[in-house]
Amino acid sequence: MEHFSMMALWGQLVVGLINGSFYALLSLGLAIIFGLLKVANFAHGALFMLGAFSALLMHRYLGVNYWFALVLAPLVVAAFGVVFERLALRRLYHLHHLYGMLLTFGLALVVQGVVLDRFGASGASYPPPDLLRGGLDLGFMFVPVYRLWVIVAAIVVCACTWIVIEKTKLGAYLRAATENPELLKTFSVNVPLLLTATYAAGVGLAALAGVMAAPIYQVSPMMGADIIIVVFAVVVVGGMGSISGAIFTGFGLGLLEGVAKVVYPEAANSVIFAMMALVLLFRPAGLFGKET
Amino acid sequence: MNETKTNVQSNIPVLDRWNLEIIGIVLVVLFFLVAPFFIYPVFLMKAMSYAILGMSVNLLLGYVGLLSFGHAAFFGLSAYMFGHFAKEMDFGVALSMLIAVSGGTLLGVLFAMIAVRRIEFYFAMITLALAQLVYFFCVQAEFTGGDDGLQGIPRGEILGFSLLENSHLYGFVLLMFLFCLLFVFRIINSPFGEMLKAIRENPERVTSLGCSPRTYKFIAFVLSAFLASIGGALKALVFQIAALPDVHWLMSGDGVLMALVGGIGTLIGPIVGALFIVWAQDGLAEIGMSVVVMQGLLFMATVLLFRKGIVGELGRLKKYFR
Repeated sequence: MEHFSMMALWGQLVVGLINGSFYALLSLGLAIIFGLLKVANFAHGALFMLGAFSALLMHRYLGVNYWFALVLAPLVVAAFGVVFERLALRRLYHLHHLYGMLLTFGLALVVQGVVLDRFGASGASYPPPDLLRGGLDLGFMFVPVYRLWVIVAAIVVCACTWIVIEKTKLGAYLRAATENPELLKTFSVNVPLLLTATYAAGVGLAALAGVMAAPIYQVSPMMGADIIIVVFAVVVVGGMGSISGAIFTGFGLGLLEGVAKVVYPEAANSVIFAMMALVLLFRPAGLFGKET
Repeated sequence: MNETKTNVQSNIPVLDRWNLEIIGIVLVVLFFLVAPFFIYPVFLMKAMSYAILGMSVNLLLGYVGLLSFGHAAFFGLSAYMFGHFAKEMDFGVALSMLIAVSGGTLLGVLFAMIAVRRIEFYFAMITLALAQLVYFFCVQAEFTGGDDGLQGIPRGEILGFSLLENSHLYGFVLLMFLFCLLFVFRIINSPFGEMLKAIRENPERVTSLGCSPRTYKFIAFVLSAFLASIGGALKALVFQIAALPDVHWLMSGDGVLMALVGGIGTLIGPIVGALFIVWAQDGLAEIGMSVVVMQGLLFMATVLLFRKGIVGELGRLKKYFR
């Protein structure tokens, strides 16, 4: 019995790390977009779903394999993001922030509605690539290789993003534009282009997460809506202020959710929301946020 | 905050705006008195209960600057409670409605305690997340009837009037609707309402005057939840159904959309918005087009092209009547 529950705990911790990987990737993208554009991108979940769907459709109709999809799907979604930012989102920067949120909420409804209309609600499964099939015996537990890959890949992507933003010249521009876009313009940096690129990169990250999620979850039109609400709670807990904060909170809350599945399964899908309420009561700015 | 950053047009002098609002109320009353002779009454009753949801969202969004994506929680919980007490407990319409609205309002108190600590998009995310919690609860709880929901909620009678009679039902819904409309009118034209608008424009200034914006926001939130609960209970009464779509975040989105399309920060905007959207929903259902896609496009079009909404843009014509 004791042994069994330890096995269950390890198993759920891995599941928690998997979910945490997606929370981290998505809240990272949200934080990058928000930092520069001051837009809470409501369409993030829908674009995550679009990433998974593009991978599925490319596989089904064009025979594109997982590894190419991992590159192509984010590019497709990023291109979509560029068009959306240039044609629509850009017009709202001078207005109250809430309009950006309303616009992206509309986009989320459209994207989800169109996919739902075309492909139905049930969804489909996406086969993991041959290279990552099978499982690995770690001695104390058995883990599917694909899941390990997702955790490692998510950590690497998060680390790379952090390095790009904190340690490179491009990242320095980004941080400068976050602090004072007007001043940066006088240094002849193309700030509007920077904004477009940032939005594209953020939604590209969401699509990348979507492709990674495709072999694990059922690829369905509502997969993004379900996860984005949780990710919003993660963002509230972590605060949008810091990149590393978003990453740590994502993984941490994923793990917490995993533990809850063992300890008290009925409340597992509520635990992140409950955590959010607790953090708001005792530390309203969020764990890593600046006081506003 | 400069003029473009604010949510609504606030340059209209107070007295002028007041007159316009009274004209608006009179027009709304006339419309809903005459319309049932020409339009299917169930459509109008649906629009009225949705309009109350829209008004409750607008009270926060238009007058306090708080965007709630969680009002389906109050709307849906109240609908469920009304259904439960009217159907399973046989409490009758009046008492069931009283309990349901109290329940929804109490939930509003809980939400408000947590949500008013943050502003802007954080506030929107928090309300959305809390409402999702309520949604999970309703999915799992016994009394909500799962995927089937509560069906065949009895209409019964109120103050000796049988609500099985369609004209009585319509009259009752209309009375409740007018109560909500006057309730909002009273709030926004009171000193309390002026404080809300002041908080929307400049919360630091309000704090410096020795008032606590959070307390005002808290009260406004609870009042708003109270209204949304009335809308939900009425919806359950009219359709005799309470089900999961009533608590789903799409319903919260509907509330925001009605306020937005009609005109954020206008008294009768949400009513116009509700009529428009209920009409569009029914129309699209007939031709088989996706309602969600239409609503998404409507969100985007309104935000990009006519941010002031139908009533707000009509307000521009006013200058020609001087």
